[in-house]
Amino acid sequence: MADVTFTVDGKKLTAPAGTLLIEACRKAGIEIPAFCYYPGLSLQAACRMCVVRQEKVPKLQTACTTPVAEGQVFITDSPEIAQARKATLQLLLGNHPLDCPVCDAGGECELQDMTFKYGAGESLYAEAKQHREEQQWSPVVYFDRPRCILCYRCVRMCGEGMDVWALGIQNRGVSAVIAPNGGDHLDCEQCGMCIDVCPVGALTSGTYRYKSRPWEMNHVSTVCTHCGDGCKVTLGVRRADDGMEIVRADNRDKSGINGDFLCAKGRFGFDFVHGKDRLTRPLVRNAAGVLEPTTWEKAIRLVAQKFGETVGTGDGQIGVIGSPRITNEENYLLQKFARTVLRTQHIDHERTADYPTFSRMLAGAEDRAASHREIAAAPAILVLGGNPTEEHPLLAWSLRTNFRLNHARLYLANTQPIRLERQARQTLRISDYDALVRYLGGEDAAMASIAGAAEFRQALLAEESLVVVAGAEYRGASLAALMRWGLCRTGVKFALLSDFANARGAADMGVYPDLLPGYLPLAGEQPLHSEYAGMPTNSGLDLTAMVEAATTGALKALYVVGSDPVTALGVAQGALRNSFVVVEDCFLTATAAEADVVLPAASLYEKTGTVTSCYGDIQMVRKAADVAGVKPDFEIVVRLAGAMGVDVRKLVPFGQSTGVHADMGQSRGAQAGEADRHAVWLTANDLEPRLSPFDPLATLDEVERLVPSYRLDRLNLFAGNEMTTTPGAGFVSLDSLVGRKDGVVATHPGLFRSGELGRKTEMLQKLQAYQEGFHSAAAAD
Amino acid sequence: MSAEAMTLFSTELAARFDALVERYPVRRSALIPMLLYAQDEIGYLSDAVIEEVARRIGITPLDVRNVATYYSMLRFKPAGKFNVQVCTNISCMLRGGYKIFERFQERLGIGHKGVTADGLFSLEEVECIGACCWAPAVQVNYDFHDELTEEQVDAILDEYRSRSQKAGSR
Repeated sequence: MADVTFTVDGKKLTAPAGTLLIEACRKAGIEIPAFCYYPGLSLQAACRMCVVRQEKVPKLQTACTTPVAEGQVFITDSPEIAQARKATLQLLLGNHPLDCPVCDAGGECELQDMTFKYGAGESLYAEAKQHREEQQWSPVVYFDRPRCILCYRCVRMCGEGMDVWALGIQNRGVSAVIAPNGGDHLDCEQCGMCIDVCPVGALTSGTYRYKSRPWEMNHVSTVCTHCGDGCKVTLGVRRADDGMEIVRADNRDKSGINGDFLCAKGRFGFDFVHGKDRLTRPLVRNAAGVLEPTTWEKAIRLVAQKFGETVGTGDGQIGVIGSPRITNEENYLLQKFARTVLRTQHIDHERTADYPTFSRMLAGAEDRAASHREIAAAPAILVLGGNPTEEHPLLAWSLRTNFRLNHARLYLANTQPIRLERQARQTLRISDYDALVRYLGGEDAAMASIAGAAEFRQALLAEESLVVVAGAEYRGASLAALMRWGLCRTGVKFALLSDFANARGAADMGVYPDLLPGYLPLAGEQPLHSEYAGMPTNSGLDLTAMVEAATTGALKALYVVGSDPVTALGVAQGALRNSFVVVEDCFLTATAAEADVVLPAASLYEKTGTVTSCYGDIQMVRKAADVAGVKPDFEIVVRLAGAMGVDVRKLVPFGQSTGVHADMGQSRGAQAGEADRHAVWLTANDLEPRLSPFDPLATLDEVERLVPSYRLDRLNLFAGNEMTTTPGAGFVSLDSLVGRKDGVVATHPGLFRSGELGRKTEMLQKLQAYQEGFHSAAAAD
Repeated sequence: MSAEAMTLFSTELAARFDALVERYPVRRSALIPMLLYAQDEIGYLSDAVIEEVARRIGITPLDVRNVATYYSMLRFKPAGKFNVQVCTNISCMLRGGYKIFERFQERLGIGHKGVTADGLFSLEEVECIGACCWAPAVQVNYDFHDELTEEQVDAILDEYRSRSQKAGSR
């Protein structure tokens, strides 16, 4: 809309006509206080804090509902306005318990800030305050009624933002109260968004309440470890007996692709870090066949010796399994270690989407992959398969927001009903995903019997630009067919959904038996091939075949990092005894229980590096928690290589030719032998040594150099922004696509399920059981 | 299972609802009249009534509660067969509304929002019922009794009692 000029406090401001005054002022650096106003949600004008004086208007106006127009004159700060706001605060404080010293929100409470600013410390009200006991609405949501200022933010967030509508407001006037849908409990997605938007401490979190104060925590911005959406999460960490413990998770500065959004897993799913089942000491199987705790030195020496002996007997003797949960640098290093040190192509990971086909199809095509931000702003989106609300909560949030604020046109085609249908312009219930692609391509007979198919196709073909989001249902030939259809049309972009925090990264980093980083074939003339000179060039075994070969003894050793193939493939107990099995994991998984050596690994919340979301958004992961005894997978691989007598410099390009100039821990001093808080301090102060062999960022250099789709703006990346991969860039051979087995097994995580991590997270288990309680009751009716 | 098969309401009321929801541009506009008619027939808004109204409009029971709890004339507990509403707003107050209210309390042995043990009467002190010209006034269900004196209170109660007995013996 056309720009208009208006005056605020004597300053000429310009903004598009129709902009809300409060937004226009905030952009110009004029702060107007508000409780009920929340960007992106509907307007409420309930709190009366944002009142301003508008020229020629008899009464004070609410800035949150006043659209600016040409020539208007406003005053936002005067004794009259200060008095009005102070009076509003007095009313809000009328029933407020003023228990700030014990309130979770104390220190980051908007009511507290306003009271300090406008000085409503004394009140003319002599009436007794109405006290109500605190209520627990779910394992994670608690409601303290007297603290509530009835701003309706939670009600609107739950309804408009989440489309759950689990909160309402009941009664009126002084007895008005926020009410949950279950009468005295909440039956909802347990996302905790209501807690996040609460400007005071009326809604508090089951994981954080009464545990800490905001200023007692260190706030570390990192990426959520659960699904493939890649939400930024700020972990509040505090010193604990055995390192640094996580006490809270939110997205404190509302930055990144998720803005203010986090789901239940991101917000409440972190207690696995300090779980009682967490491995903190290496385990080695003793003569009696029992796993026995040992030291890191002994364990590393044993593994290095066994691996060394095995490598000595020839190429391809060891199988390596990477993980969709560990960082890009770790996966890259692991495959490099496998290919150049262990001399094997038997390397794979748990695949949850067919990224090789995705990338190959995009080869040479410019700007055809959709980042998350592009999906969130696209005018038209086609979601094929998948179940975003359950498995990709951020995607569902962004689609809902895009629909609500930008009237995005959402098209769904699925074999089953999904929640997003309420926002969809058209929904097609189909039985065959391949037939849909053929039908879109013009084969009318493919969907002759499906009601509404003709209108669906007509509407899609009329879209000038379209983002196609494909679920894991599309893989191999069907994914190729879908993308071929889209690539023939202008303005079509693609995204492919996968299940874990770094499923895309593990694929991009070449954790495949037949593909190198960047999906390069094993043989070729690229820089990568000369760097890896002399590696075996025959395709290796995939995950299933490797485990099979390990059970027969055809593979002499199996190195499993952050993965649990025994559970995934249903391997019988004791079947892996013919092979030397090393497992690196946070927990004693079924695979670890079968292993000869178990190395306790750091989780994603205890390490630094980068991860890539399923939309190709690369983000920085920062060490937040610290658990004594565990090591990041990166460090373990480097130590293993070192113990095998390999020149570590060839594996990790750290340091400079003149030597190493950095704090390598010498300044640790009095903290030696304690948990490594020093590293946390260095990270917190941005003084992380960048030149050690254990520094994953050194490997990031190599990734950038050798993987064409990872061209990164480092300053932006380190500042906490996401960088988007460019899958179309660089050399790609289409030959190796033909007849390739995709090996995808979608795991379908739920709102509270997240594989082994979810099972080890007490709060998610609790939420799962809590919500299942409602659904089994409903099913019994 | 169709909504009709599960309904709590009489055929007439169900038909009235079906017509009502179609009368407005948005279905939820029919909510308040629906709640009122349902209360008249069932006596109060039970959980089952709220759920059925929600289902018929296509909103959540929470939405229905949000609206219903705002209005004091909608109730969530059973009232007596005859709900006595005594106005004590200014006109009635000036002409002895409180005396009338006290008399009802004495005679019925219940207070504000109370229900007699036999379930025949319930009593409420209410805001203006729009009968200021004939103050003091009370409303029993939908019938008005105005320009009252304390003595007339007894007569009113007796009348309703006998009406109920007649209905019972019939």
